[in-house]
Amino acid sequence: MTLSSNSQPLISLRGVRKSFGSFEVLRGIDMDVRKGEVVAIIGPSGSGKSTILRTINGLTPINEGTINVGEIKVSDPKLDQVKLRHRVGMVFQQYNLFPHKTVLENVAMAPIQVLKQPRRQVEDRARKLLAEMRLPDKADAYPGELSGGQQQRVAIARALCMEPEVILFDEVTAALDPEMVKEVLSAVRKVAEDGMTCILVTHEMGFAREAADHIYFTDRGVIVEHAPPAEFFTRASDPRTREFLSKVL
Amino acid sequence: MITDIQTFFRELAASGVNLTIFYDAFDFDRFVTGLGNTLLLILASSFFSIVIGAAGAAVLTLSKGPAAAVVRGYVAVFRNTPLLVQMYFFYFAVGSIMPVGQNEIGLPQPLIGSFAWAVISLSLYSGAFNVETFRAGVGAVHSSYEEAALALGYNRRQAFFSVTVPLALRFSFASLANNLVDLTKATTVAYAVGVAELLYVSNQIWSDSLNTIEMMNVMLLIYLVLTGAVVFIINRVEAAMRLPGFGLGDGQ
Repeated sequence: MTLSSNSQPLISLRGVRKSFGSFEVLRGIDMDVRKGEVVAIIGPSGSGKSTILRTINGLTPINEGTINVGEIKVSDPKLDQVKLRHRVGMVFQQYNLFPHKTVLENVAMAPIQVLKQPRRQVEDRARKLLAEMRLPDKADAYPGELSGGQQQRVAIARALCMEPEVILFDEVTAALDPEMVKEVLSAVRKVAEDGMTCILVTHEMGFAREAADHIYFTDRGVIVEHAPPAEFFTRASDPRTREFLSKVL
Repeated sequence: MITDIQTFFRELAASGVNLTIFYDAFDFDRFVTGLGNTLLLILASSFFSIVIGAAGAAVLTLSKGPAAAVVRGYVAVFRNTPLLVQMYFFYFAVGSIMPVGQNEIGLPQPLIGSFAWAVISLSLYSGAFNVETFRAGVGAVHSSYEEAALALGYNRRQAFFSVTVPLALRFSFASLANNLVDLTKATTVAYAVGVAELLYVSNQIWSDSLNTIEMMNVMLLIYLVLTGAVVFIINRVEAAMRLPGFGLGDGQ
């Protein structure tokens, strides 16, 4: 928040276009995210919010434009995917924990198998992260034995255990019961307050308003406008933004 | 004890139910040999058919190239032609062009005998079905799990083996049990190439002892027990691998 806006962005998207068949989901997205920033992407469903996130870690290849994460060019065909996904973590709407692995294994397996870090060191880190997510006694449970909110906090710990520079949160509370939304949001907030760069796609307007440094509003594959939250929620200039906000607020 | 059993079945034979295998040592030996060969056929063919099925499904999932085409061709041929025809083809057509060795008294002896041909043939036949079984299991695993693995830096191959395969296996058991029950029953086809399995020895026994009806009943019972055992074992493995909150029959 205190970083000056002219510092070099950690993530930058320029003219990103993506089509699924004849349907163009992204029609020229420009976006800059600086280190330590918390950016929220909001907008009606089908507007391409989740696709933007998935292009940043290369899960969805793009048709046109450029995406840079630090010095990594995501659209490079010779992209080192391990290097990219070491720097960019992701948390999914449906948690996507591995049901055949215990909670501890879920959190620790990628750093051990992909980054080849020593098991003991990774497991110590994983236990510490689980404690921070207030799940210290769940290390040996299987994901299916946990509530949705607990599973999502494990998923956050799993992303953190890779020690990324940025984490993408894809509607992480959308599949949760209302009483579990709060516990997951406070976990996300903790991650953000610890200085992690976060990009969140969310329908939680209240959360976006207080936690984000910057809000992007997308509609039909373009970014209609972006602004700091105070400005965005009170003085939205575009009629599409105003219409959306009048429906959700 | 054994004499008691023999006496009992001799007396039973006198009253019209002639189960020679329980009192005649020669018939008993033949029968045990047959049962042993049937068990060996089941074990060996099950093992190789599962290996073939797993490898084929992995190729179909990971490769789009000529390797996948080979697997699809293999499945098409072995799933869509009769097992007996396949076994004859291996034993008489392929077997006849294989090199022939000599046994210790100088007689020609094929390098691959009838038992080995039966295992090869049964494994390839059942393996074709297992390819489809495991492929369906892979298809039943939601792609979001693979995606989560990719997002953690796994490549496609690592994600397949670390995440998709263990979950796919759990979706495959019901269909795999079907295939292995079918394989158990199909071992009787080895009779046609002269493997001394259960049906073969039973045929010899009822030809000598003229107890066809009794031996038919014994056969039916034994195959019921064998298939029951196969299903029991698979169910136990499935239960041992069950995961909380995942897949079929998780109790939720």
